Amino acid sequence: MTTAEKYVTAAYLVLLGAVLVYLVIIALKVARLEEEVSDLIRLARERRGG
Amino acid sequence: MSTSLRNSGFALAAAGLLVGGIALALFWAPEDADQGFSQKIFYVHVPIALTAYACFGFGAWKALRLLWTGEARYDLESYTAIHMGVIFGLLTLVTGSIWAKISWGHWWTWGERQLVLFLILFLFYSAYFMLRYSIEAGPRRERNSAVYALFGAALIPVSFLAVRIAGTILHPTIFTHEGANLPGEMLLAFCICLAGVLALAATLYRVELAGKRVDASLRELRELLA
Repeated sequence: MTTAEKYVTAAYLVLLGAVLVYLVIIALKVARLEEEVSDLIRLARERRGG
Repeated sequence: MSTSLRNSGFALAAAGLLVGGIALALFWAPEDADQGFSQKIFYVHVPIALTAYACFGFGAWKALRLLWTGEARYDLESYTAIHMGVIFGLLTLVTGSIWAKISWGHWWTWGERQLVLFLILFLFYSAYFMLRYSIEAGPRRERNSAVYALFGAALIPVSFLAVRIAGTILHPTIFTHEGANLPGEMLLAFCICLAGVLALAATLYRVELAGKRVDASLRELRELLA
């Protein structure tokens, strides 16, 4: 691999890396939202039961 | 068309255009006579930079709508667009530095006005978050954030036109008022890459906005149930 090819690969990997990092952040956010929804459902059921 | 279907459409368009555009850029478009293979960074760096400008501009447009109509939903839309703009701005600086290193031998040069002006634009919008979170949520925060976002919009044409105004030697000017200074194959690959990065930004914007809206709704629901 030439030096130019290494730099070009690095530039394209930056974009790919950013998309993957974003995907991880979104996955964590969805997991947190899921947890929050479960909490709220439990809270609503408790209030209904009480 | 439902929101999830539209989001999937944007995501599929982004994936297809990006894969196609990058393949064309790497394997079909001719090598630059001056820079050789390293010029291929152009197909990722310039679309990312233009997308960052587009996101900042879109954020400013939403801010203007907020100030014009007073509708609170524009605040979240403006904030999300600026959030995307900062992400793409950071990517512009990183890919630009990689290209600068292989082309000029330096990661960064302070002598180039376009680089410095883009950095100022990036830092200006990075400071938007500090301003936003220093004010309690409500109409005052919405208005102040919108005014700040609008001020930043003035920097977009300055940053974009800097290289043309300055007439610098190092940073190349591809698009002039006479048209694109590129062969047809390069221009086609570039346009597809640009469409791909714009579609990617649109997808991320919609996903991020949906997440922020769900977050806000859950907070409201929690307050109602408390």
